[in-house]
Amino acid sequence: MAIAGTMGYEREQQIPGDYDPNYVPDSVKSFVVHMYRHIREKNVYEIHQMYETSFQSISDRFFKDAPWPSVDAVAPYVDNDHVFCLLYREMWFRHLYARLSPTLKQRIDSWDNYCNLFQVVLHGVVNMQLPNQWLWDMVDEFVYQFQSFCQYRAKMKSKTEQEIALLRQYGQAWNVYGVLNYLQALVEKSMIIQILEQEKEGLEQFTATDGYDYSGGSNVLKVLGYFSMIGLLRVHCLLGDYHTALKCLLPIDISQQGVYTSVIGSHITTIYHYGFANVMLRRYTDAIREFNKILLYIFKTKQYHQKSPQYEQILKKNEQMYALLAISLSLCPQVKLVEEVVNSQLREKYGEKMLRMQRYDDEAFALYDELFSYACPKFITPSAPSYEEPLVNYNQDAYRLQLKLFLYEVKQQQTPRVSTITLGKLAAYMEVDEPTLRTILMTYKHKTHAVDFDGKITSNADIDFYIDDDMIHVTESKPAKRYGDYFMRQIVKLEGVMTDVDRIKLE
Amino acid sequence: MGREISNSMTNQTQQSAMSHTVEQLVAVNPYNPDILPDLENYVNEQVSSQTYSLNANLCLLRLYQFEPERISTQIVARILIKALMAMPAPDFSLCLFLIPERVTARFRQFWDEAAKSRHILEVVPGFEQAIQAYAIQVLSLSYQKVTRSILAESINIEGPSRDKVIEHHVGNSGWAIEKNQNKGQLIILPRNEFNRPELKKVLQMVSRWSILPEFSQFLVDFFYGDLL
Repeated sequence: MAIAGTMGYEREQQIPGDYDPNYVPDSVKSFVVHMYRHIREKNVYEIHQMYETSFQSISDRFFKDAPWPSVDAVAPYVDNDHVFCLLYREMWFRHLYARLSPTLKQRIDSWDNYCNLFQVVLHGVVNMQLPNQWLWDMVDEFVYQFQSFCQYRAKMKSKTEQEIALLRQYGQAWNVYGVLNYLQALVEKSMIIQILEQEKEGLEQFTATDGYDYSGGSNVLKVLGYFSMIGLLRVHCLLGDYHTALKCLLPIDISQQGVYTSVIGSHITTIYHYGFANVMLRRYTDAIREFNKILLYIFKTKQYHQKSPQYEQILKKNEQMYALLAISLSLCPQVKLVEEVVNSQLREKYGEKMLRMQRYDDEAFALYDELFSYACPKFITPSAPSYEEPLVNYNQDAYRLQLKLFLYEVKQQQTPRVSTITLGKLAAYMEVDEPTLRTILMTYKHKTHAVDFDGKITSNADIDFYIDDDMIHVTESKPAKRYGDYFMRQIVKLEGVMTDVDRIKLE
Repeated sequence: MGREISNSMTNQTQQSAMSHTVEQLVAVNPYNPDILPDLENYVNEQVSSQTYSLNANLCLLRLYQFEPERISTQIVARILIKALMAMPAPDFSLCLFLIPERVTARFRQFWDEAAKSRHILEVVPGFEQAIQAYAIQVLSLSYQKVTRSILAESINIEGPSRDKVIEHHVGNSGWAIEKNQNKGQLIILPRNEFNRPELKKVLQMVSRWSILPEFSQFLVDFFYGDLL
């Protein structure tokens, strides 16, 4: 349910008029009673079954386009247990976000519920074992609802006076400081970073038990703390702070299996944001490597998730990562890093576009724009707007800035470098006379060009040049690669040629 | 004399105490609007004491994002110049991702005047020297002997400053001067094998700097930080 919501596709559906929050069908009664018992008895497997399967099937049958019964209506069946009610409400809101459009009041109430839930967990009084899937969904949904709120708030034009008044009044709800501080608090209070460190030295067990506690304790704080690191990775990406995003993820070793791979949603979210941050930091090789691994994994395992509520989201992220892979490979050709299976999928989806992206024209540029816009996260403006007239929509501002900076980078890579220098000047730099220089240049040309079996002359030069009267025009033939490395190598090559020429002179 | 030394030592101790506190704040309590003034002071301290902290500056840029009415364009300009000085690290790009367009757009207004004025390089201590050092490293990659005029052109200095720079390096960096029949004086740059891997990255930065007008545009734009 969280996953379907993360697609960011909000339907304009309101609660149907005949919805009775107090009506509790038998299946719901049975659901909460059993769920409550399993939680008290720490039957993690049964909790998982009910959470993943029963909730889904009951929703499909009775609550396709309506919310579940209100928490007040079900509370009597579960001894009015405070913590269970918080958990129930968490699921309640998640279902609402997935199937309907939340009102501002509902958004604010959901924020309150998360605050209460996290505070209970942070106080260390929780003694449950919950399935990782559920704990991941909580953090994932928390960040999703924050993102959704920022998008909602930024569309000021259509806001009613009541909405504006409510926004002003509840400035704390989904406040960026609150969101970041809760995630940070979960990381800190759980001591998860220290636990992971100590695990490397064999002093702790966490990954080996998938985060579960087999000594009678609770896994909730630890695992929420763990997933909160991924939550922070995601929030910082949404803000454009890629450096800090990756820093938050550092304690997790993504070259290994871990708790993050125990839930497919968490695995995909981690690698997607890791990869995206690396693309923005121009670390294309790192991005390509990780995208390749996860895309191969998804290819092999997606059939097992066909029935799960996460399936649509898995497919969507899969497509987005192929787009990011296409971008990365176009900017930094590294075919050896891509598995055959992934490569053939890539050719199928983006083969033609990638060919066009390797030209240095407006069409290529437009394709980079298209792919980036499709694949990028939904960036947010974290600050509250001015609620004064004139009301403007600014929900696209953050995206436009990131797109602009990305395209600037593409432009750098695209523009073929042409620099000109007179023969005289180059000769002076190299301290040779002009005739010698001409010989050197011709030798270079000779060494770097070949006649292929079609009788055509091809160049294997990384830097090429042509001489126009006494002017040398130097062009890079493969601008996609790192500039400096090329220049370095050319200088070394030229030095080598010069030595050869000297030797010839002596003979 | 004694008091001067002890005063400057106190200042140094005060400065390092301050930086220690700020670094702690950034590590432990970064999502907190109250630390914004401390972070701004820290930027100014980095400028005057020629130190640098990426994490603290990113933290400040994030807080500016959360409370845009508190943005100081001057501080932003200084952060960007410090980031440039960290090259070839990509700090400059990292910072740009966090700065709204309307802030960077303001800098571009001064492009034409800025390009003509040399004295603005003195706004941030060490900046000009840092850029020159890079250019010189690149130069010694290309060749060992160079005429004065080519040297000056490569590292973008002219007139009396050129000779001062040459003197300085002859005294401190192992440069030598040789008389050549055809070309007058030649400057001999020491081959620096040890630094070669670094120079690849440096070369990349300098070649971008000298070839991309937009990039140099940013560079010079921020020299006017104080005047905004």
